[in-house]
Amino acid sequence: MGSGVPPYKETGIITVEELKRLGLMPPEERLARGPVAIPECPEEIPCNICVVSCPQHAISIEGIKGLPRIDWDKCVGCGVCVAKCPGLAIFVVDLSKPGEYAYVTVPHEFLPAPKVGDVVDLLSREGKVVGKGEVVKAWETNKTWVVTVRVPKELAMEVRGIWVRK
Amino acid sequence: MPGTPPLKDRRIWEHPILTFKRGRRVKFYFNGNIVEGYEGESIAAALYAARYDVFSRSPYKGRARGAFCMIGKCSSCFAIVDGVPNTRTCVEPIREGVKVEFQEGLAEIPSATGGLEGKDEEVIEGVDVLVIGGGPAGLAAAIAAAKHGLSVLIVNEHFKLGGQLIKQTHKFFGSKDLFGGLRGFQVAEELENKVRSMRNVRVLLQATAYGFFRDGWVGVAGKDRLYRVKPRFVIAAPGAAERHLAFPGNDLPGVMGAGGAQTLMNEYGILPGDEVLVVGSGNVGVIVSYQLLQAGAKVKGIVEILPYIGAWFVHAAKIRRYGVKVYTRHTIKEVWGKDRVEGATIVRVDEHFKPVPGSETDIPCDLVLIAVGLTPDTRLLAQAGAVVTWVPELGGLVPIRTKYLETSVPGLFIAGDASGIEEATTAMIEGEIAGLSAVVRAGADDAGNAAERREALLKFLWDEYRASPVVARAKAGKLKVTVSEDEMERIRVSNPPPVRFGS
Repeated sequence: MGSGVPPYKETGIITVEELKRLGLMPPEERLARGPVAIPECPEEIPCNICVVSCPQHAISIEGIKGLPRIDWDKCVGCGVCVAKCPGLAIFVVDLSKPGEYAYVTVPHEFLPAPKVGDVVDLLSREGKVVGKGEVVKAWETNKTWVVTVRVPKELAMEVRGIWVRK
Repeated sequence: MPGTPPLKDRRIWEHPILTFKRGRRVKFYFNGNIVEGYEGESIAAALYAARYDVFSRSPYKGRARGAFCMIGKCSSCFAIVDGVPNTRTCVEPIREGVKVEFQEGLAEIPSATGGLEGKDEEVIEGVDVLVIGGGPAGLAAAIAAAKHGLSVLIVNEHFKLGGQLIKQTHKFFGSKDLFGGLRGFQVAEELENKVRSMRNVRVLLQATAYGFFRDGWVGVAGKDRLYRVKPRFVIAAPGAAERHLAFPGNDLPGVMGAGGAQTLMNEYGILPGDEVLVVGSGNVGVIVSYQLLQAGAKVKGIVEILPYIGAWFVHAAKIRRYGVKVYTRHTIKEVWGKDRVEGATIVRVDEHFKPVPGSETDIPCDLVLIAVGLTPDTRLLAQAGAVVTWVPELGGLVPIRTKYLETSVPGLFIAGDASGIEEATTAMIEGEIAGLSAVVRAGADDAGNAAERREALLKFLWDEYRASPVVARAKAGKLKVTVSEDEMERIRVSNPPPVRFGS
């Protein structure tokens, strides 16, 4: 407020516009081409775990505290960074499939563990249930699940969490 | 081997991150009633699990007292244990048959047969480095010093090593060589394994360094004996205590430090409450909220007096996407309940942080967590004669130090939160720097390599890690209290240290 505090610090929610402004959003044509990682990491925190985790060497950070910069051409959307990011701040979005669905990959650290075929609640950045989606892929490393859900294309930039009902 | 959980037990049996390795079942007594717990639990944790909320009553107004900090820093969990009053039940492990009694106000002074007999004394001379505190800073310091051949004695208040790392379930930021990407408790395991594998490190658990004495003696009170220690160097890493806030009802059981709740749920697998209000939206408040959701509690909201969330954005985003509400521009007005929190009233504040009448909201809950920051535990350092100064950015009184972390008491180094509040990663870096400083000063075999490594760490710490804007405030604080060797010499002239190490 006033003193230059960005709006996402007031709400805990970052907008797509803000991500674009910070250069964290892949360009439209890249999004249309296949799955790609989106780091929602706007603050220059002292961390570079994504850089060393990426099997494609597609992520770079200046020193230890720059913003993560993804080489959109090298990124294949594998989701390893989704698993490794300590801030659980990286997502993979795939808008390349024909038809009405996109695929969003999110980190997940709650019980029950998600399984392929589960129909789960789709959560927006502010925790609103914006729909239901089917889990198409789920794998785990060091207790972080990396879950890919099928979502309506118009929700691809909204869905950032899931809730598996017991 | 977990058995069937007893009715109404607060223990957590399934968790997305943690596997609780419970020891064998043991029975002990609380006011004559049999309580069952698991070996490895503290008395306070086992009582809390069995839904005992009140351990004592205050001496003056008879108000209920229960768990608050859970790490031995406050007096809230005092009870009489095997006849010894004022026992911090949070750092006292349960044992078969131990008799715990409710403490009604001030207790009678115990007689020699009340459990204090048999205190032997051991004199420990010739140890190179005494490390006070076995958390991230202390363990890193011990490892650095021992690697270079120095003998090390670690004294640790808790009956487990690892300090606050053992209750951190989130993955650490940083870089790989700083344990980045590992969860806090995993970092603790690595550090402890390393320390345990070093033959020149001795560990005293449940031991408190209680004072510095003439000629460089340090008093340590162990579980069953007193130690008189005469070390060449001392590295103090005693950590920090949680701050509290003033509001009516702030002493009710169920008002707890955020760290206290983490101890219960992540160290012992005990759910601290079902419906929780968190006060303070810094990293600790936001992380504890996420952990509460993981443990199966409901987080009713986070109250923040400022207009924005204090935590790093990525931590805040984690709780927002599971629907946790953050009440910015709000403060807690009061907590109500009889012998246990039943709810809280929060109130909006204006631009001068004054409550706006009529803007109150009542929030039913059984747990209110206070996450309004930490204050460095520098009492022992001040007693040693180290010159301390008040630095708001660092959480309170902290010792003045050189960049090598030496205080105005020669040969007495500091590291970790006691040097000013930051976080575990910087605590480990500071610990290593302090450990290496002892190595360099001792003139150990490869002191040259130690000095080189120390410079590299300093460069990384100051020029890279602390260059991040999210830690700017702590960096400003540390800059204020870091002085040159020359300046330190002047400080020593005007404040002659009562004791000296390192000769």
